[in-house]
Amino acid sequence: MSVQTKITFRNKLLSSAPLILLYVSVLNEFDFNYLNYKYFSFNFPFILIYYWSLKRSESLGYGFIFIAGLFNDVVVGFPIGLSSLTYLIICGFAAYLRNITLRPNTFNDWLFFLLTILVATSINYFLLISIFEIDVNYYNLTGNIFFTFLFYYIFSYFFDIYLRLVFKKRTNDK
Amino acid sequence: METSRDDFIIAIRSAFLKKSNKQRFSLIGLIFFSIILIVLTRINFTPINYLKSGLNEVVYRISFIVSLPEKKLVSSATTIKEHYKMYEEFVFLKKSLKDLEGDKYTLNYLVSENKRLRKLIDEYIINSDELVAKVLLDKESPFLKSIIVNKGSQDNVKIGMAVLDGPYLIGKIVEVNYSSSRALLISDLNSKIPVILEPGNIQSIMSGSGKTLGEIQYFKNSDLKISDNKLIYTSGSGGIFKAGIPIGKLNEENKVEFLSDLSQLTFVKLVSFEKEK
Repeated sequence: MSVQTKITFRNKLLSSAPLILLYVSVLNEFDFNYLNYKYFSFNFPFILIYYWSLKRSESLGYGFIFIAGLFNDVVVGFPIGLSSLTYLIICGFAAYLRNITLRPNTFNDWLFFLLTILVATSINYFLLISIFEIDVNYYNLTGNIFFTFLFYYIFSYFFDIYLRLVFKKRTNDK
Repeated sequence: METSRDDFIIAIRSAFLKKSNKQRFSLIGLIFFSIILIVLTRINFTPINYLKSGLNEVVYRISFIVSLPEKKLVSSATTIKEHYKMYEEFVFLKKSLKDLEGDKYTLNYLVSENKRLRKLIDEYIINSDELVAKVLLDKESPFLKSIIVNKGSQDNVKIGMAVLDGPYLIGKIVEVNYSSSRALLISDLNSKIPVILEPGNIQSIMSGSGKTLGEIQYFKNSDLKISDNKLIYTSGSGGIFKAGIPIGKLNEENKVEFLSDLSQLTFVKLVSFEKEK
């Protein structure tokens, strides 16, 4: 009985890992999005949300993503609802790609990710600049988009391994 | 052609409107909800301010706890580094101390003379309230440089209070919650502080750049060379800060190097100023 409970708990923890990672990356003071290097930073939640919405959408619920966006707005100091909107747009693009793809291919996902973050960040910073009149450093922003795009390929490799190890194994168990 | 457009519409509808097995909310519903929140934030709708304040209180505390392991790692690394540098620093400090002792006596005389003269011209300003606050959260964002401190309206913190690290100005309070506040750092793009460059008595505005250095804008004579190791103090114009709080010094590229390390803040002072009666 106790062994069974342990296994269930471990399985739950492993399948919730992307969600936990999302909340830790949003709530933690250390953020890849705000590294102290000139022009180098990348948006880890974008990568995480796009990948898991594309490959296993049940790992991150839309409601949880929405709340993570609210938390991010509070921590970063953005107007409430802005990050949620950006994150949900990424989910929408990922869901669209999932629906039209018959044979998944990492390279296509990667290219579509570039389009996704371009649209999402454009909406995000358009709202910040035009509605809330907040100054933005465009060099940092361009660097951020570029490195987020590059790092997607690397992170998707590790996430693929995780997906194979954890979820395939669990399916076999059943 | 017609079929491909239909496919596109079906895929879009399925992505945004349909809920999959374990999703409780539809994507389009949440997107609309986010847009409503943004609009209400823009028009300063009162319940949204309460929601924001409540969220702030909860999220700052959780964020502080989530950041503890990382903070512990960083502080351990800093401690080890500091131990390696200790002897060199000791020799340097011993030499500096000797020089400073000499300067101290001159300074004491100058401070008392300065107080006397300022009273004569009715410009002497004193600190009225001074609070020591712990930095809960220090988000190193290129878009918004700010810190969250653990003092709020319950401790009489008010918007506009100066935030000091020791004797140096590092920012001002821009948002006050019940038990926490957000301070906009002087390195933020939106921070504009009236300053004076000494020696030379040059009035100017210092702006943050979103990076570790500040920028000097709108100084009186545009052809004036403003380098030569000039020090930057608050000018007191505008009446928010008192004059003479040290901020930084100019480097060779005419950028401001802050006297306080804004990435290493743990405790800060929140100060408001008023004229001596």
